[in-house]
Amino acid sequence: MFEAIDLSLVNWSRAQFALTAMYHWLFVPLTLGTTFIIAIMETIYVKTGKPEWKKMTKFWMTLFGINFAIGVATGLILEFEFGTNWSNYSWFVGDIFGAPLAIEGIMAFFMESTFIAVMFFGWNKVSKKFHLASSWLVAIGANLSALWILVANAWMQSPVGTTFNPETARNEMTSFWEVLFSPVAINKFLHTITSGFVLSAVFVIGVSAWFLLKKRHIVMARKSILVAAIFGIVSSLALIGTGDGSAKQVAKVQPMKLAAMEGLYNGYEGVDLIAVGAFKSTSEESNDAMKDFLFKIEIPNFLSFLAFGNWDAFVPGVNDLINGNPEKGIMSVHEKIDRGKIAIEKLTAYKEAKKNGDEVLSSSLVNELTSENFQEDYFRYLGYGHVNDTNFLIPNIPLVFYSFHVMVMLGFLFLLVFVLALWWVLRNKLDSKKWFLLIAIFTIPLAYLATELGWVVAEFGRQPWVIQDLMPTTTAVSQISAVSVQITFVLFAVIFTTLLIAEVGIMIKQIKIGPKDEGGTKS
Amino acid sequence: MIAAISYSLLQEYWWAIISLLGALLVFLMFVQGGQSLLYTIGKTELQRTMLVNTLGRKWEFTFTTLVTFGGAFFASFPLFYATSFGGAYWVWIAILFSFIIQAVSYEYRTKPANFLGTKVYEAFLFTNGLLGTILIGIAVGTFFNGAQFSLNEYNQVTWQTGARGLEAALNVHNVSLGLAVFFLTRVLALLYFNNSIDDEEISVRTKKHLLINTIPFLIFFLFFVVVLLLKNGFGYNPDTMEVTLEKYKYLHNLIEMPAVLILFLLGTLLVLFGIFNDLFRNPGKGIWFSGIGTVLVVLSLFFIAGYNNTCYYPSAFDLQSSLNIRNSSSSEFTLTVMSWVSLLVPFVIAYIWYAWKSINNKKIDKDEMDSASHKY
Repeated sequence: MFEAIDLSLVNWSRAQFALTAMYHWLFVPLTLGTTFIIAIMETIYVKTGKPEWKKMTKFWMTLFGINFAIGVATGLILEFEFGTNWSNYSWFVGDIFGAPLAIEGIMAFFMESTFIAVMFFGWNKVSKKFHLASSWLVAIGANLSALWILVANAWMQSPVGTTFNPETARNEMTSFWEVLFSPVAINKFLHTITSGFVLSAVFVIGVSAWFLLKKRHIVMARKSILVAAIFGIVSSLALIGTGDGSAKQVAKVQPMKLAAMEGLYNGYEGVDLIAVGAFKSTSEESNDAMKDFLFKIEIPNFLSFLAFGNWDAFVPGVNDLINGNPEKGIMSVHEKIDRGKIAIEKLTAYKEAKKNGDEVLSSSLVNELTSENFQEDYFRYLGYGHVNDTNFLIPNIPLVFYSFHVMVMLGFLFLLVFVLALWWVLRNKLDSKKWFLLIAIFTIPLAYLATELGWVVAEFGRQPWVIQDLMPTTTAVSQISAVSVQITFVLFAVIFTTLLIAEVGIMIKQIKIGPKDEGGTKS
Repeated sequence: MIAAISYSLLQEYWWAIISLLGALLVFLMFVQGGQSLLYTIGKTELQRTMLVNTLGRKWEFTFTTLVTFGGAFFASFPLFYATSFGGAYWVWIAILFSFIIQAVSYEYRTKPANFLGTKVYEAFLFTNGLLGTILIGIAVGTFFNGAQFSLNEYNQVTWQTGARGLEAALNVHNVSLGLAVFFLTRVLALLYFNNSIDDEEISVRTKKHLLINTIPFLIFFLFFVVVLLLKNGFGYNPDTMEVTLEKYKYLHNLIEMPAVLILFLLGTLLVLFGIFNDLFRNPGKGIWFSGIGTVLVVLSLFFIAGYNNTCYYPSAFDLQSSLNIRNSSSSEFTLTVMSWVSLLVPFVIAYIWYAWKSINNKKIDKDEMDSASHKY
């Protein structure tokens, strides 16, 4: 069906998409959370009428605006790269994937872009309440846009509510609600936006800590920390809860990803959770070399409990998933590959029969191909039909393992920072804790690291699949030359990096300038 | 209600939505047109700041419309998305680049420590105004002149030229549409400046350049339309789906769809009346006439590209690979779901209009540039 294409092209296409996505995700999380923090501050201003809250709102709004523009630019590229670099994928899943993208545009982007203009330029032109409503609508719009793109991403991780149509050679949606409310989508959405909220809280606390260290804008800094710390604690708790939900879904629909996250090669009952660990060797390319740990600190039976809610549950390892484990009802990938190849052969036979005008054969084949049994037993494994080497089905385990563990540890560090910040700011002792203020500043880059690592876990952990079990990356790419993609990769890398340098420079300068007094100009 | 609509009607409905989004996008590209005029109309730093600020309050609408246009095309006609974007790689990449550099330029242009300097960001805005409009026009031109691709039985695209879509720029008819769009967006921008900026010098310069830009717009537009109506078109038989070249296809489409012909003529008259109004009557109101006219004309062009059994994305290499609204659309189920969502569109338009009116109730002037709490 799909010819496997030049690996160099596949890898460069993946690199370009990853580059765009990772740059995009440098800017989006701050937008997701600061819009809510700004809206909360403005609500306090409208309720109390105290001008310092307005000044504070405007200051964070300025930083938000600088960050927002570049997020929009990288987002546009991401949307169109589905077509430019992944055209086979675009057709194969456009019937499902396109709908959330279109709804995102209609429901979320217009809301965001319309009310952002009111938010920035409407201070003296609309009523206080209309302005406040606009700020809330920007926050809601930004997070709604996250909902739809994450629904689309979740479908790629867990393709539900769909059936394969042999006539059009693509997947077609059969239940919108299954796509929208799939447990993977719900957890992914909530986990992702709350990670953005946590990053934003870290950002606000870090910048405010700098003001406290410099003994400038002290009142604004304390109040900002108060708002951000409360917002951060609530978000962190939600982040932990949704992280747990996400892990349970991974255990269910992407067990290979879970095995990679925990470096688990051989499954057993009552699996321990590795809290901290390091592989013995990282020099060998083969995943087999990574079986042994240099050291690890484990929590007994905790992985079984987290994954399945049962302390003694069996958690499959990489070898169980590759070789199969009949005792536990796990099919081997060899069996899945055979089934995938049968699906492709039947589809090819159907297309040949149609081309040759053999109505009897094509009619009989289409009946077989569209039957529920064939869809469930064969098309479900369609992607495996393109796999020749079972090693291809194992993601980069060290990368996924370390990314996951560092992300989790950082998440708990941020919660600690929020709790301490709140504790000391409420007791009026924060200004004297210089060491803590320094830590708060240096936590900002760690928050960016954590949120990027989250995507590394999600996306590298599901390799080689662009759509779980249905389509590997090797068959999803556009048929263009690898050189073309190399050129655009370099162009994108240069322009994104240039704009990032500009963004960081402007941001630091605006922070140094600090909030403006009312009536002053800000340019 | 929507569930009772037939598949073919849903396909037509979604082509109408795509056409409307495309038409709104061309109108909103007055932002790009304005960016190409910054140094022509703004002779001082303050005047350029006024121009940038009046455009800057609208750039996100254009951007959002472009994103929604792309998303809606992906959702409703995914085979076009896969074929054109994956095939005409370099044209779309060039368009995307011109929009990346635009998005940050408004916000960063006058900010201290902006790394590249004000002039570079203004050059970015100009580049987007020039390339974005011309290339989008050329890309839409391929709706009538075809592109060099073929599709296999699995609907996988193979592009037949190494230029990967750039060859469209060698077609005079495509280029005439690109240039017509470029000058039209400049005309619309000048009308918009008249409507939104209160400055005597800018007003005088705007009037002068309105005439200067209207002439090439009319030349390129008329050339495009005359060639379009006289050329062969790509029709298909709805029963066999066989694609054939038909003489005067687009002229026939206009005649066979009189409502579209009326839209086209009315739109053209409104564009001209808007220009005439600002040149000779009551400067400031022309944008509304020309804006609505632009939407109607572009809408009618999309209609004759996709309706009446016409292939909207023809293959000049392999006729039978050509895309039409029947063979390239999403499934009936998906189109039905999205049609429910499309009922939100009037609500979206209503709040955009309300918000736009709320912050545009007074023209931008020098005083506002001095006192604004946030400006570009």
